[in-house]
Amino acid sequence: MSNRVYIAGAGIISAIGNNITENLAALESGQAGMGEMKYLLSAHRGKIPVAEVKMDNAGLAALSGLPSHYSRTALLSAIAAKEALTNAAIPDFSTLRSGFISANTVGGMDKTENFFADFLAGPDKGRLRNVVHHECGAATEIVADLLGIKHHISTISTACSSSANAIFFGARLIRQGVLDVVVAGGTDALTKFTLNGFNTLMILDNRYCQPFDENRRGLNLGEGAGYIVMASERVAQTLPSAPYCTLSGYCNANDAYHQTASSPDGTGSYLAMKGALEKSGLSTGEIDYINLHGTGTQNNDIAEGTAIKLLFEGKYPPMSSTKSFTGHTLGASGGIEAVYSVLSIRHGLIYPNLRFETPMKELPFTPETTFKKDAAICNVLSNSFGFGGNCSSLVFSKV
Amino acid sequence: MKDEQAYITAYSSVARRSACRNGNIVFQGDENVNTGDFLTSLYKYLGADYPKLYKMDNLSRLGFLAVELLLTGRNLSENYNPEETGIVLSNANASLDADVNYMASVKNIPSPALFVYTLPNIVIGEISIRHHFKGENAFFVSEKFDEAFMHFYVTDLFSRAALKACICGWVECFRDDYKAVVWLVENNSREGALPFTIDQIHKSYLLSNGETNG
Amino acid sequence: MADLKKQIIAQLNLKDLKPEDIGDDQPLFVEGLGLDSIDALELIVLLQQEYKIKLANAEEGQSVFRSVRTMAQYITDHQGKSTA
Repeated sequence: MSNRVYIAGAGIISAIGNNITENLAALESGQAGMGEMKYLLSAHRGKIPVAEVKMDNAGLAALSGLPSHYSRTALLSAIAAKEALTNAAIPDFSTLRSGFISANTVGGMDKTENFFADFLAGPDKGRLRNVVHHECGAATEIVADLLGIKHHISTISTACSSSANAIFFGARLIRQGVLDVVVAGGTDALTKFTLNGFNTLMILDNRYCQPFDENRRGLNLGEGAGYIVMASERVAQTLPSAPYCTLSGYCNANDAYHQTASSPDGTGSYLAMKGALEKSGLSTGEIDYINLHGTGTQNNDIAEGTAIKLLFEGKYPPMSSTKSFTGHTLGASGGIEAVYSVLSIRHGLIYPNLRFETPMKELPFTPETTFKKDAAICNVLSNSFGFGGNCSSLVFSKV
Repeated sequence: MKDEQAYITAYSSVARRSACRNGNIVFQGDENVNTGDFLTSLYKYLGADYPKLYKMDNLSRLGFLAVELLLTGRNLSENYNPEETGIVLSNANASLDADVNYMASVKNIPSPALFVYTLPNIVIGEISIRHHFKGENAFFVSEKFDEAFMHFYVTDLFSRAALKACICGWVECFRDDYKAVVWLVENNSREGALPFTIDQIHKSYLLSNGETNG
Repeated sequence: MADLKKQIIAQLNLKDLKPEDIGDDQPLFVEGLGLDSIDALELIVLLQQEYKIKLANAEEGQSVFRSVRTMAQYITDHQGKSTA
């Protein structure tokens, strides 16, 4: 029996839809998820656009089956993870060795921010239930319980590559024969903490972001969750419908350049993409679509673009940044983009890079600007690069 | 799956004003110094010429100095390519110490330099920049140090030939409570090396605890 | 300019440096003092905190922060003007 890792299901919630169907419809119609802040309370409302999930916590709670006082991070996670597991429809799931590997970077910060405001008035003020789920692992534990997953539960926090690393780690657990099924991906809710933090770094675009554009100004923050269900070959054979694809390659590398900035020549991005391709046994010519990290910051796009230029040497596959729809969902981005990648293979889709106008002068290629259906997509490369130089790439391949 | 043998070729710890390497105390800080001052004194003791340390938050300084100590007299680039060396760390409170400091700065003008450290994997970044490690890295958050998990993860990286040398361990810091224990794991044995087993990790972790008692 | 140098050292935690170690025209970034993009942001904070001067964006910082002299010149030119 091979130790291939099959993708059996997917689930997603983002600024452009609360499930797979809604996300696909928005991607096809070119409907971006950014807008004026509605649910996040911040002094920046009206000034900085964000890509919010279009529902308040009460609505999300109803959809997820969790209490509404839980962190938005947990609520988003529950909705996408439940969809993924339902979508996978794995027979006799409860009898299998299962794992939940979920990434996030903010944990229950949204609730902590509420607690903090009250707590400042005095040590006996503020509701403790708002702060008990602060740490990153809490959301994972809550959702694992909801899904009935017990064998392995893990949270990974490596900034913007967190989700890709969660998927990567889940795949390893299957290949090692430790688990039969793993739900992996990530979640992050918008919070004041992240908005103010990225604003401090002066990398937020006060208009809608333009990834891979010469005149890009920065990123838009988003929120959401995305998970894929990975299964061993033995389990894949029992599925009621054919799996989406396999996870054929993955690699993580360190840029070793700067705490937040990528090296201008994209060393980390290059090593991650090259390593993932080697792992999958594919050549660059066999990649049919690249889902870019493409945040829209000066630094990321030049580093990632330079690495692609070097690695693909003149023969560039179609590529786009779906962050032009969802905003940058940080710890969730690798999960959300993994879902888009497996959907790309299943339905033969290439997504547009919205608002692209002017090619970057350093790069000999430009991103796709229109939605394409019925393309022959066999292999998709998905990039996720994070602070601390943590760069990860995943390769998904048609079965 | 071939279970490749790996070796602990050095380990070090920094906790409660003491710094140890391979089970021996090499430096003790003054009594009643706070975390930041202790780490500065350890930096000066180690003689590392790396002024960027002053810009780091305490968690990064702690991890950075524990690895400085760990790699005393070694230059991994002599034995391995940058892509073959990586880091896997863990702790319980992620970057809470930096989060709190950053929140305090928000009252005035939010500090970009503090915000940079509000993610735990920045520790890995700082260490990788210093030693030119370009291989795989991950930061796990768990309530307690999980020896079995760390052993499994690093062993897997070795068995898949993803890495030939890996620094792994626990780096935790919140205010004046700090503790770092790090291991250098290599696929080649060296003099004095210990087998990389759960038991050995456990023993050296406990030893690091014991030595700093009292 | 000596005061400005002290402020730069304090703001950027350049603990091993003394004000006299920084030349008036020495480049602050890369080949000079070796400051990075985060330091540039901290210098923007410094201008705001100490001189109530608000830079429009990080890009503008590139020319302003070329050296201590260019920074001092910028402060002289903009001080007292309401830019917020």
